[in-house]
Amino acid sequence: MMKFDTPAGPNPTDKLKVLDKPYDRIDGPLKVSGQAPYAYEYQDAAPNAAYGVVVTSTIGKGRIDTIDTSDAERAPGVLMVMTHLNAPKQNDRGSPQLQGAEIKQYGQAVALVVANTFEQATAAAQMLHIGYSQEKGRFSLDLLKDGELSQRAGNVDMGDFAGAFAGAPAKVDVTYTTPNQSHAMMEPHASTAVWHGDKLTLYLAHQVMHWVTSGVAGTIGIPEANIRAVSAYVGGGFGSKLVIYADAILASLAARKLGRPVKIALTRGQIFNHTTHRAQTMQHLRLAAGRDGKLVAVGHATYTGDQPGGGGEHASGQTKLLYAGKNRLIQTYLAELDLPKAGAMRAPGEAVGLLALENAMDELAEQLDMDPVELRVVNDIQYDPEVGPDRPFSERKLVQCLRTGAERFGWSKRNPKPGQVRDGQWLVGMGVSAGIRGNPVTASGTRVTLRPDGTVLVESAMTDIGTGSYTINAQTAAEMLGVPMAAVEVRLGDSALPRASGSGGSWGANSSTSGTYAACWLLRRMLAEKAGFDPEQAQFADGAIAAGDKRVALKSLVGGSPVTAVDSIEFGDLTKKYAQASFGAHFAEVGVDMHTGEPRVRRLLSVCSIGRVLNPKTARSQCLGGMTMGVGSALMEDLIVDPRFGYFVNHDMAEYQVPVHADIPDLDVVFLEGEDNKSSPMKARGVGELGICGVGAAVTNAIYNACGVRVRDYPATMDKILAGLMT
Amino acid sequence: MRAFTYERADSPQAAAQAVASHPEAKFIAGGTNLLDLMKLEVERPAHLVDVTRLDLKKVERTGDGGLRIGALVTNTAMASHPIVKRHYAVLSRAVMAGASGQLRNKATTGGNLLQRSRCPYFYDTSKPCNKRKPGTGCSAIGGFSRNLAILGISDACIAQHPSDMAVAMRLLDAKVETIMPDGGTRAIPIADFHREWGNTPNVENALRHGEFITAVTLPKPLGGTHVYRKVRDRASYAFATVSVAAVIGDGVQRFAFGGIASKPWRVEAAEKLSGADAIAKAVLAGARPTAQNRFKIPLTRRTLAATIEQAQA
Repeated sequence: MMKFDTPAGPNPTDKLKVLDKPYDRIDGPLKVSGQAPYAYEYQDAAPNAAYGVVVTSTIGKGRIDTIDTSDAERAPGVLMVMTHLNAPKQNDRGSPQLQGAEIKQYGQAVALVVANTFEQATAAAQMLHIGYSQEKGRFSLDLLKDGELSQRAGNVDMGDFAGAFAGAPAKVDVTYTTPNQSHAMMEPHASTAVWHGDKLTLYLAHQVMHWVTSGVAGTIGIPEANIRAVSAYVGGGFGSKLVIYADAILASLAARKLGRPVKIALTRGQIFNHTTHRAQTMQHLRLAAGRDGKLVAVGHATYTGDQPGGGGEHASGQTKLLYAGKNRLIQTYLAELDLPKAGAMRAPGEAVGLLALENAMDELAEQLDMDPVELRVVNDIQYDPEVGPDRPFSERKLVQCLRTGAERFGWSKRNPKPGQVRDGQWLVGMGVSAGIRGNPVTASGTRVTLRPDGTVLVESAMTDIGTGSYTINAQTAAEMLGVPMAAVEVRLGDSALPRASGSGGSWGANSSTSGTYAACWLLRRMLAEKAGFDPEQAQFADGAIAAGDKRVALKSLVGGSPVTAVDSIEFGDLTKKYAQASFGAHFAEVGVDMHTGEPRVRRLLSVCSIGRVLNPKTARSQCLGGMTMGVGSALMEDLIVDPRFGYFVNHDMAEYQVPVHADIPDLDVVFLEGEDNKSSPMKARGVGELGICGVGAAVTNAIYNACGVRVRDYPATMDKILAGLMT
Repeated sequence: MRAFTYERADSPQAAAQAVASHPEAKFIAGGTNLLDLMKLEVERPAHLVDVTRLDLKKVERTGDGGLRIGALVTNTAMASHPIVKRHYAVLSRAVMAGASGQLRNKATTGGNLLQRSRCPYFYDTSKPCNKRKPGTGCSAIGGFSRNLAILGISDACIAQHPSDMAVAMRLLDAKVETIMPDGGTRAIPIADFHREWGNTPNVENALRHGEFITAVTLPKPLGGTHVYRKVRDRASYAFATVSVAAVIGDGVQRFAFGGIASKPWRVEAAEKLSGADAIAKAVLAGARPTAQNRFKIPLTRRTLAATIEQAQA
């Protein structure tokens, strides 16, 4: 095990012969030719799988009084109907399904129908007769502003916030709201369960393999060693697939009971209410500054809600680190709701926290008659504002991001007065936002094998949810071992392989490649010893190991059997000693139709500082996706609660709108050169979520600059803009 | 999806007879709306009569200088037809403003007229809906109604008509040609084809059970400048929040509206007025918005003004 507890010195990744190069995704050909199997597509492993269809609750809170399964059981092809009346007992700690008559949320599983075909199961699922008693639930955040101060959120009360705020010459005191949002990833949640004796193999769509083995094993009461989870390819997750849902548990239980593989996919409609969502927030921003623009009081209170025990959306978190200011009051209030359970969605916290904070900063800039870029620059701080200079940032180039972006975007052409630029029917404006996303890292392991033919096999339980994990782990091994990319094969997404970080929270790339780095170091040492070289001096390049003028082909070191090294990385307390985050600056140009108020994005630029860029192509793609999602959060994404039924009404992709191609113009992404030796031996930071962090605020700031309308209730749809245009 | 039987019709009259002889039968052409609804069991036909092989795919001039568009002409083929593009540009533009390329390639002229509402409660079989299940009530009233209709509605239903194509056809005074099971035919003026909801929102058009659309005819070209302005939350692949179809010039001034009513909305008397405010006031007379969709009133007025400006530019 390699422990990363001191800043990285020079190491073999510094060669950058393979890393930092824009390699195409090595899994790309499999995907575009339809050969990469997803969770529902393991026909070879489960050729005779039966089809399960989940039936979900149509009330938000209450009880099942009666459930009549007789018609469904008699329907053609039906093998089993499972309800709370006959479901196996499961453990509460986990993700138990069908454990009682109580309905805790809309979309909760109330039955599973299994049949020989998908069509039969779907038809029979409609034949259940379920009687409910509906109870009054708590579905509206508006009613619940008196939520409890969340202890988990790490609230900050520093200096004399009230006094500083009261005495400051410039201040804003504004409330923003952000709606519930759905991940809307492309691949639905799906599971195929196959038992061999008492051993379960579960093919499913998930982001972290060991969370599956512990979660499913714990729920259904089998030893964790008896379950193997496989998520070799995952069609997007955005946090939704960090959780175990009914598909995984019920497929496992049904397959065991039937003695036959069972597969289940949630329907698109079920996903919106059964799975997690990003929780709604109300955010109260109080920012105060001196005439020089320097913040003297930073206040950010978030009101959010979730089911008992849940976390809601901690939208105030980034405000602890983004700007200077001696007097700080940063809080999260959490209310109990009976809506579907909230969960992590791409950049939980920052994605919607910045929608509010970075608009409030623009409101402050206007009061100060100060350029919004300059306001952000004068409030830059190179250390954790709560702790002081003893906790510097590992690498913080926010100012360079802002300056570089302003120059490249043509920010100097922005007219600071709103509503001045017209292009035909369009009122055109520019907006800016800072971006920040924390840089979590977590333990991760890899097995690296040098095979007799000189090729390298990299194996890890790491997942690739469409991000490029396969490719960057191949690049890491190629760099470390001095072999070409074509000589590296990567296998991921299997809990039988060394435990790894999985994908989530922007930790995957940095953590998993560090695990591969560790395993490669071990392999280098083993090979050097075989060659009789000093492991510290040996150079690995061009498929050979060399020291001094001696050079030995790697292949010749492998006899009949491959040489294998397994190792993992563990991270020490450098995240405590150094504040760590990825930074960015987003610039947007938006047109607002002067007649209808329709907002349309015309240009976006994100300048990102993520330490070393492992692969500029896959990193850029992550930013493009994040920026696109940011446009959605600014302009259209809105899960609508109908409090009469306690559910999200718009539960399909026609009514829950995300951007389509026509909404997304040419996007521009720039990475600042850099490396972060306190983050990991790879000297990289997370990038998967940075793109969404702030871009939406740049869009809404541009709307204000275009037409003088400040929408504080997201999303900024035409009706809200129009209301402003008409006043 | 409920299990169903299937047959393929070999003539329009045979198709009409096949549906008429089965109380739970439906025609299927492109299936772009029906199949979605069947999967959700919003529609539960026991029998489908496939009309896609019928010879109704021609676009041809009529004797009086107009145009006959076969019921099975796809939306893509119609919108790109040279006569439609040249003489009925508002129709071409309306069609192109709707759905996506894939859907337009499958969707047909006749089927487009029969699209059902996108009201989210109509789509959710666990919720009361008078359109889906008469007498159960309307969940949209008092619910999520931002996108729904403000005109032609009732206490039983506030669903909006979703088609872009039908709005342009209403503007152009199209007629819907049909055949009955007994071989009789009729030509229904489009104004009479779609209905206001009243107490029977489950009845959406003038067709009788088994009556089959064979073509849509357009009168001779109007001339003038043709505009179709569709307002929506995203730039493509969204139903209209408000849309305005207009022909202005050559002595003509016509407007039809989508997204705001139970049917393609046109008030001929308003077309004699001048100025967007006056016209909009007449068109929107009797509007009954909810708090969530009240904005459609100023939005319609402003979109109309923009459309007139564009046509006159």
